[in-house]
Amino acid sequence: MTALAALIRRDIRIALRVGGGALIGVLFFLTVVVLMPFAVGPDLALLTRLGPAILWLGALLASLLTLDRLFMADHEDGSLDLIVMSRIPLELTCAAKALAHWLAAGLPLIIATPILGLLLNLDAASTSAVALTLLAGTPALTFTGMIGAALAVTLHRGGLLLAVLVLPLSIPVLIFGVAASEAAITGPLPFGTPFSILCALSLISLVIGPFAAAASLRHGLD
Amino acid sequence: MSVRATATITDAMTLIDLANPTRFLSLTARLLPWLAAATAVLLLIGLYQSAMAPDDYQQGATVKIMFIHVPNAWLSMFVWGVMSLAALGTLVWRHPLADVAAKAAAPIGAAFTFLALVTGSLWGRPMWGTYWEWDARLTSVLILFLMYLGLIALWRAVEDPSRAARAAAILTLVGAINLPIIKFSVDWWNTLHQPASVMRIGGPTLDRAFLIPLLVMALAFSLLFITLHLAAMRNEILRRRVRALQLMQAAQVTQASRRSA
Repeated sequence: MTALAALIRRDIRIALRVGGGALIGVLFFLTVVVLMPFAVGPDLALLTRLGPAILWLGALLASLLTLDRLFMADHEDGSLDLIVMSRIPLELTCAAKALAHWLAAGLPLIIATPILGLLLNLDAASTSAVALTLLAGTPALTFTGMIGAALAVTLHRGGLLLAVLVLPLSIPVLIFGVAASEAAITGPLPFGTPFSILCALSLISLVIGPFAAAASLRHGLD
Repeated sequence: MSVRATATITDAMTLIDLANPTRFLSLTARLLPWLAAATAVLLLIGLYQSAMAPDDYQQGATVKIMFIHVPNAWLSMFVWGVMSLAALGTLVWRHPLADVAAKAAAPIGAAFTFLALVTGSLWGRPMWGTYWEWDARLTSVLILFLMYLGLIALWRAVEDPSRAARAAAILTLVGAINLPIIKFSVDWWNTLHQPASVMRIGGPTLDRAFLIPLLVMALAFSLLFITLHLAAMRNEILRRRVRALQLMQAAQVTQASRRSA
């Protein structure tokens, strides 16, 4: 347990340091949201209507962008081999690494959401609804994306291949994330239904992600 | 080697024997002409019956697209099932023949999915008045097609076949778990965003006049898949042998040049 906690602490510390690049995700999120009005026009009513969708798409792309750092840096300096050889089950290590990654790269996105909501003319209730759905949904993005990151590191390929593999798998999260935010803002659907499915998706990926990533690392690194 | 292999063909074949690539090659060499002939005959019968089937009272002659469309759609999912079984073979037994089966199936599955999409949109043009509708079924088949393409991209990204096979196997199994979830989400999304105005093909009860040609076509297309898959597996095995020979030759050349230097 102490080993896992140490791993989480180490990963967060590395991600927040110079060269870690976790906070670039937030900057990217901000840039995507700022780009949107240039594409659809500065109509505030339209931006309010599209707001949850824009925030969710931005968060999805931002969390995808930081994913290939998840194993790549450890693979480059050799510490990934030590992690794979350690006595802790690899599934647990993968889960710990994903948790650390979410804390360093996913949580800042959610903290940034209220500020970005202002830019999109969302009121406080809408913004907090979107932030809540992001809080429930982004773990699913990180844990599913981890599978792609593990495949990418064993194949020495990142970037576009990772995006192409991971994006179709994140469609359910996007659907229910946006649906839950819109249910909270406009109705008529109750907020609880899509939100609990979103939580269920996160829990499923919490189980599948570590096992698939660990299998990929075990079979791929040799 | 080949003499021993042909000798065992006459004996009782077990699944273990089949797993030897050489025996697989000699067995499929005998099987393939028969399979191809059976496929051709069934396709001819099915196409004739489809052409002779009566027009639908609502859809007119366009209902005949269904006889091509439905088998393609059914195979687009069946092929992913075949790849998932092969992926288990790759991960559990690390058998090269399972790698070959998975790799050979991916482009065929993508082709069936593509045909299902094309025939579906050709049917949608006169029926719905548009080539593309964000209907739940169309959308989930499109996502399936994207996942096939991603899988093929993964196969093509890596040169070492066994390394690529293990990565593709994991992605195939993850996809097999995720595809029902995606299908469910898209159904939910569609009913949320659109009123159920779209007319569905067929309906709960299908008349015998449509059902029998449809079943014949489904069988014919399944046989077509088996034939194409076995042929593609043979090609892949031969391609790997050629690659191994080329690697051996290259190694010999380097050794010879090193010795002379």
